[in-house]
Amino acid sequence: MHWLFEALLLILIVGTAIAALESRCLLTSSIILGAYSFMVCLVYAGLGAVDVAFTEAAVGAGAGTVFFLATILRTGRDTSR
Amino acid sequence: MRKIAIIVTVVLGAILLWGTTDFPNWGDPHSPASQHLSNRYIKEAYQTTHVPNLVSAILADYRNFDTMLETSVVFVAGTAIFLILRLPLGPLARRRNLDSDPPKPLKTLARDPILEMACRLLFPPIQLFGFYVLCHGHYSPGGGFQAGVTLGASFIMLAIGFDLTSATTRLSENLFRRFMAWGVLLYAGVGVLCLLLGGPFLDYAALGAILPLGPEALRSQGILFVECGVTMTVGSVIFGIYTNLVSRGSHQDSL
Repeated sequence: MHWLFEALLLILIVGTAIAALESRCLLTSSIILGAYSFMVCLVYAGLGAVDVAFTEAAVGAGAGTVFFLATILRTGRDTSR
Repeated sequence: MRKIAIIVTVVLGAILLWGTTDFPNWGDPHSPASQHLSNRYIKEAYQTTHVPNLVSAILADYRNFDTMLETSVVFVAGTAIFLILRLPLGPLARRRNLDSDPPKPLKTLARDPILEMACRLLFPPIQLFGFYVLCHGHYSPGGGFQAGVTLGASFIMLAIGFDLTSATTRLSENLFRRFMAWGVLLYAGVGVLCLLLGGPFLDYAALGAILPLGPEALRSQGILFVECGVTMTVGSVIFGIYTNLVSRGSHQDSL
């Protein structure tokens, strides 16, 4: 993978991680976490670990986000500080 | 408190980053990890197992104890979700149900024909892709875990696009609750069968006593048997977790 693309991806990963932590709305946080998972998956694919990338895309970005959403819609959307 | 947490995190992160400088370079042929075991796998895996995808050969043949217990972990996780959330089961769930109000149904939206049609169109290709990933795991990236998640996700999509009951009529609770256990049983059963036929536990070459194939072909086909078990467990656990979470254990109404 081109180093510029990889650097951009890594910066975005750190950025989305911080955004997911700082967001007050849990719904926003879980969607951002899904984006985070997807970018981690791209990094894995770039490193040649396609099996791991596949699992990360299916479990992390797919099923994990859906589980978070289901739980949030059943409980509450706001976080209390 | 927040300041202390930030300081602790930064210091710990700095120590970890400093520690990574001792790591060998990525893909360094002289690093200890790629000098002994990896070389042997790369040289011998295809001759002894006839599986072109090295990852599958290592996952389901060389390290099959690891994969079997991983499947058991998934099974235990699914069982725990059932014990905690499913309403008519489990004393914990019953007590919680008596203490608090019954789960209030969510606002149900009108069914959307565009969404339903999209789900209808996507459902068969996703399932087909799941089975392809399972059966083609010897040759391309993929295998039991990924196939299971894909198949489970196809039913979750049905539950979101239509409603939960239309998904659970196609894959009933009785069925996916049993599939969770049957998958682990199939995996361990192949191992016990190898043991009964006179080989070590999960050494697929021992299946030669009942299947007319060479030892390499048997090791290749044995992977398919155990991957089927992994798919059954993972797929039904994924769908079971979603069903219990979204309906708070009642399996009645959905999003």
